[in-house]
Amino acid sequence: MITLAFTLNGAPATVEIDPADRLLDVLRERLGLTGTKEGCGEGECGACTVWLDGLPVNSCLVPAYQVRGARVHTVESLDPAALEPLLVHGATQCGACTPGVAMTACWIVGHPEILASHSLRELLAGNLCRCTGYDGIVAGVQAALDAGARA
Amino acid sequence: MTVHQPGTLREALDLIAGKPEAVPVAGATDLLVHWPARVAEHDRDYVDLSRIAELKAIAFRNGELMLGALATYWDVIHAGRMKEGFPLLVAAARQVGAVQIQARGTWAGNIVNASPAADGVPVLMAYDAVVVLASRAGQEEVPLDRFYTGYKQTRRRPDQLVVAIRIPWRAHDVAVFEKVGGRRAQAIAKVGLAIAHSAAGWRVVAASVAPTVRRCTAIERLLTDGTPVRGPDDLHPAIERDVTPIDDLRSTAAYRKTVMARLLYDDLRGVCPAFS
Repeated sequence: MITLAFTLNGAPATVEIDPADRLLDVLRERLGLTGTKEGCGEGECGACTVWLDGLPVNSCLVPAYQVRGARVHTVESLDPAALEPLLVHGATQCGACTPGVAMTACWIVGHPEILASHSLRELLAGNLCRCTGYDGIVAGVQAALDAGARA
Repeated sequence: MTVHQPGTLREALDLIAGKPEAVPVAGATDLLVHWPARVAEHDRDYVDLSRIAELKAIAFRNGELMLGALATYWDVIHAGRMKEGFPLLVAAARQVGAVQIQARGTWAGNIVNASPAADGVPVLMAYDAVVVLASRAGQEEVPLDRFYTGYKQTRRRPDQLVVAIRIPWRAHDVAVFEKVGGRRAQAIAKVGLAIAHSAAGWRVVAASVAPTVRRCTAIERLLTDGTPVRGPDDLHPAIERDVTPIDDLRSTAAYRKTVMARLLYDDLRGVCPAFS
């Protein structure tokens, strides 16, 4: 076992891990943050998306030991009010993809300058919705962006 | 699992000189796929490169681009001057997985993982990239189009690390990247193609149609010679010489060859006078 110290959702965190642990499992099983979900375990579905030093990543593909000293944000860090536009636009159906979609959505809303070079759909392409509810997701993120631009 | 985490390249080279069986790790996007099920690999030694600051650089100098071994797809998409100087790198990077993978995956990892379906390798090869390898014995440079010796086989010795990728800066009047997959994002290529033309000549590189990503020298010769091409079918003899696709879970050999011919024809008609 090794001791891992990093910043989790803005606060210092220290946890004992096995060097073979994935970040996903450390978050869920050792730190009790079960909002991050495992979908495919191969970096395709995006359900396990967290922010690592400010960028969305698949936590199933991050060796936990690599986040030493880094900043990690999980879905538990999001402001529920920021997710309101996703609810209003029906961006959630079965909910399996929702924690990951919420992480990518809030990252885009926090960095609207990225839309100068990328479309919303390209930025959301790493989050698969098994209900195929993409129009609702895109509409929800667009509404959140519009609200941010007005604010 | 034993992870060694050297802080300098020197330490890393010392480590792998003593443990040639150790696996180098950078972004881990290939390593960790279905990781909990791959129990046998948990018992190995790994040399994690992610703390080695000297491998993170991206630099334009002396008429070339130098990508450090830790440069990610996302780094390249957002680096200044990249879109103007090396548009194929940006185009290919944006088709690797999605943002979550682009933020972690490295170009050097794409090279050493040696997948025939790699997205980063075709464009690097079309730009005549050179792989810079280092060991305690010194540095060695291998042109990327001579780096692969067979399926998943490379010229990297176990005591060597890829430390950088060097890419000459040339003016290109043709630069095309094509990826055909099952869907537009999060897909593995059924056919990948990079086409470039500069003062150095034609480069046509194909992925997912041979045991390795490879230059298509018969197609390149046909373009250099200005051989008349009146439709995709005229490209098949050269394609037969250049590639050996297989039927697998993603596609069939026949489909891959048909698509390759059509992509080449569509991309080159309009830029090559010999294509009508």
